[in-house]
Amino acid sequence: MENYLILNTLNFPILSLLLIVPVVGAIVAMFLRGDTLLKFWGLAVTLVTALISLPLWTHFDQTTAKYQFTELRHWFPALDLDYVVGVDGISVLLVLLTTLVMPLCFLCSWTYIKTRWKEFVIVTLLMETAMLGVFVSLNTVLFYIFWEGMLVPMYLIIAIWGGARKDYASIKFFLYTFAGSIFLLVAIIAMYITTGTFFIPELMDQSYSFAFQMWIFLACAIGFAIKMPMFPFHTWLPAAHVEAPVAGSVILASILLKMGGYGFLRFCLPMAPAATVYCMPYLLFMSLVSIIVGSYLALGQSDIKKLIAYSSVGHMGFVTLGIFLLNDAGIKGAMLQMLNHGVTTGALFILIGIIYERTHSREISDNSKLGMFMPIYVTFLGIFSLSSLAFPGTNSFVGEFLVLFGAFSKFPLVGAFAILGAILAAAYMLRLMQKMVWDDSDGHVPHGEHAEERKRVLFDCNFREIAQLVFLTIFVFWIGLHPTPLLDMMDSTVTHLIHQIDVGSVMPEAVHRGESHALLENAGTWIKNLF
Amino acid sequence: MLNTIFIPEISLMLTVLILFFMTLGNFRTGTVQAVSLVLTAITLVITVASIDTHGLMFYGVYQLDALSQLFKVIIVLGLFLVFMLGSGLIGIEEKLHTEYNMFLAISAMGLMFLSSSVELLTILLSLEISSYALYVVIPFRRGQGRIHVESGIKYILFGAVSTGLTLYGMSYVFGLAHTTYLSELQEIMPGLVATQPLAVFAVILVMIAFFYKLAMFPMHFWAPDVYQGAANETSSFVATVPKVAAVLLLLRFVAVAGVDITQVTWVLATLAVLSMTLGNLSALVQTDLKRLLAYSSIAHAGYVMLGILTADEMGMAAAVFYVIGYLLMNLGVFYVIYNVSPKGENVTFDDLKGLSRRSPLLALTLLVSAFSMAGVPPTIGFIGKFMLFTGALHQGFYALVIIAVINAAVAAFYYLKMARAAYCAADSEKEVIVLPFGTKILGTFFILIIILIGVLPQSLLAVAKSAVATLL
Repeated sequence: MENYLILNTLNFPILSLLLIVPVVGAIVAMFLRGDTLLKFWGLAVTLVTALISLPLWTHFDQTTAKYQFTELRHWFPALDLDYVVGVDGISVLLVLLTTLVMPLCFLCSWTYIKTRWKEFVIVTLLMETAMLGVFVSLNTVLFYIFWEGMLVPMYLIIAIWGGARKDYASIKFFLYTFAGSIFLLVAIIAMYITTGTFFIPELMDQSYSFAFQMWIFLACAIGFAIKMPMFPFHTWLPAAHVEAPVAGSVILASILLKMGGYGFLRFCLPMAPAATVYCMPYLLFMSLVSIIVGSYLALGQSDIKKLIAYSSVGHMGFVTLGIFLLNDAGIKGAMLQMLNHGVTTGALFILIGIIYERTHSREISDNSKLGMFMPIYVTFLGIFSLSSLAFPGTNSFVGEFLVLFGAFSKFPLVGAFAILGAILAAAYMLRLMQKMVWDDSDGHVPHGEHAEERKRVLFDCNFREIAQLVFLTIFVFWIGLHPTPLLDMMDSTVTHLIHQIDVGSVMPEAVHRGESHALLENAGTWIKNLF
Repeated sequence: MLNTIFIPEISLMLTVLILFFMTLGNFRTGTVQAVSLVLTAITLVITVASIDTHGLMFYGVYQLDALSQLFKVIIVLGLFLVFMLGSGLIGIEEKLHTEYNMFLAISAMGLMFLSSSVELLTILLSLEISSYALYVVIPFRRGQGRIHVESGIKYILFGAVSTGLTLYGMSYVFGLAHTTYLSELQEIMPGLVATQPLAVFAVILVMIAFFYKLAMFPMHFWAPDVYQGAANETSSFVATVPKVAAVLLLLRFVAVAGVDITQVTWVLATLAVLSMTLGNLSALVQTDLKRLLAYSSIAHAGYVMLGILTADEMGMAAAVFYVIGYLLMNLGVFYVIYNVSPKGENVTFDDLKGLSRRSPLLALTLLVSAFSMAGVPPTIGFIGKFMLFTGALHQGFYALVIIAVINAAVAAFYYLKMARAAYCAADSEKEVIVLPFGTKILGTFFILIIILIGVLPQSLLAVAKSAVATLL
């Protein structure tokens, strides 16, 4: 087991601390009274967690694909279950994304959430632990526990503080993701019975038979495709986004949607490489469908939140497209796209929260002509809209460029279709901007009493709101203009991953084809054999 | 010597006797409950202390081993928790409170005997002791029309039929093997089961009475009506404690039928699939919470069967672990039901609405128990399901596990409905529920234990493993 790990160079259990601090914060929050105190407490705990996570960036060894900052404790010896945590070049970035976004969840809820602050702080902090746990677990069962554990707080966030149809949305969210991930559990147990280990790096180093890989791949891929969400499993996302409170939408967009991509990279690709290569065309096709359908549906929305939710489906399509191109540029682009989407869409949801607090409407038509009243707001809206449509110089451009580069170098036709998605993205984002900022289609400018009324309602952003948006803007331009540090972080890991796929997918052609044929032809016998 | 290892049973018998003498006098409910609780607590301590005793008594029909002692602890713990959660006995006819507690204790006593019985007739006798007490107790309900009488009659009729079938099966077993001792049957039956269809038939028939206790398909019909008709306190007992003992006996019979995968295994697998599917699908549409729990318990019986039928250490230990978890999380929900209904009436989803405002503790207990039943980590229910699936996959039951997993996903819906009802806003403001101190402690206990065993399952699993080792 030690072969895969670099023992903790910090001499300090940094990852466990990251997991524990929010839980302790949640427990302390149970005994605190007063909304203001609770708000500051939640913010303080998330900020401390973010500070603790910073050494991950500075002390990360970029030259190796091994897992770093690891800790190993025996937890459940009867089943060889260990508590193993560690990060590599892929997960470290997602951990940092999580810790940096979480303080914003409290800032953007400051006035948005009006009731039950105590519960909100507790649930959000537990959510942070669960999400971090998913990214740092190196044991499949530990991973699954955090993965499922995430559902409960997220469900509560939507169900308690959500909008009018919160019941429907929260149940749909829970059932969809629960149904998907429970197959993951079967895959985890099946791999354990075949190999005798739950340790993720060891599971990656096995050579399973092709048929077994196919089962593993399908069981995992359903769970991850739902979480992504990938067409046709995307229908829970608009519902959940629209009904969730602003913090829920930010968590959902910035971090939760990354879980699917992370799962593909951590489970499907390295553990079932031959099946991955075999299924690649189908998944590329589904990714293209996600991009185009998601973007096309976004074009027609009149609800701002729904528009952004459908655009997320499209963006996530770029992520799966990049992942399943199985080349360096594609996977790196997909990783960058995940981080970019976390920054940009998170910011867009914060912007929607800000305007919703003022006008209490998410309809585009109720929020038009903002340029007259809220210049600062409109500036940020412009920046993040351009970032969302991958304007050169912003973060998404780099990610989308890498994915498209990967696509054109491997399958030019796939790249050509993906470009279509990028054009649609420009269309719906510019339409949104045009309607919200100017919209002189009705030909008259608000004046007199009406203008006074609008002016009273539409006061511009305050310091707290500006602070959040400036923070995210920094990332937009930093990644957009100088993405090298991020790419360097993931370089060794991605190279290693591609190596794993190349080695693992080389099966004697005859065996490969024979088995895939046998799989199809003998489906009936298979089912019989199952019993 | 003999009587010292028999102390847990003697202690519970004394509890029953003292309660019997109390029925002759006139005591306030508080006194009755205090006496019952103290005596059960003493019994619990004694049972835990004697967890390591071994021995064979009464001409070899009564065996004390790691398995029986563990189950005795669970049974007494269950009885204690039932007494505690129904502290006011508000659902029970006022003048019957002492009798009520006495009969519950008798039933638990019968179940205690049952867990040590290793001979067919002794098993039947112990089973009947516990069943008769329950037949009496189910119609003890106050002010809810005649629904409880109906459920009492249903329970008796189904009980009688299943006992009859079991006796019928026992006659076959005796005819085939010429013995009623499980230890001797264990040597003869595997050979017979492998060669003679009649032996398979006989073993399954013997199990019928325990399918009935466990509310497993095809003996599940009583569960919804009885849960609904009986008082909330009674349902909480019927739903948990007898099922624990039923699992133990099923484990013993499966071990008797042999560890190989035989026709018996396939029959049990089919019943497990039918039980969980039927239970879950029916539970989806229920509005009465107790009816819902009844159907969910039918489904859980199917899950437990997944572990029992593997007949190996891993699977059986998982079944034992799961049934302990089942007891705790079910009692957690019943605890909420009892405290939500001030007059002992049945609870529907509408009554749960706005619970998180009326009593955050009750809502949280319901949330944790429901998610545990759905199998969401980190709870005891998740670890239990995880181990059951691991055990079954280990023996190659892929299809069974996949069906169970699909079922678990379906079931998540109605457990979620419970949690949702508790956390959504009420249509009309209802008064805050004030819980007494002891009740608060109990709720906290349920929350903590369900999560704690879910996070640190090691020691309980070790106990379960060493217990089932005696079977193999």
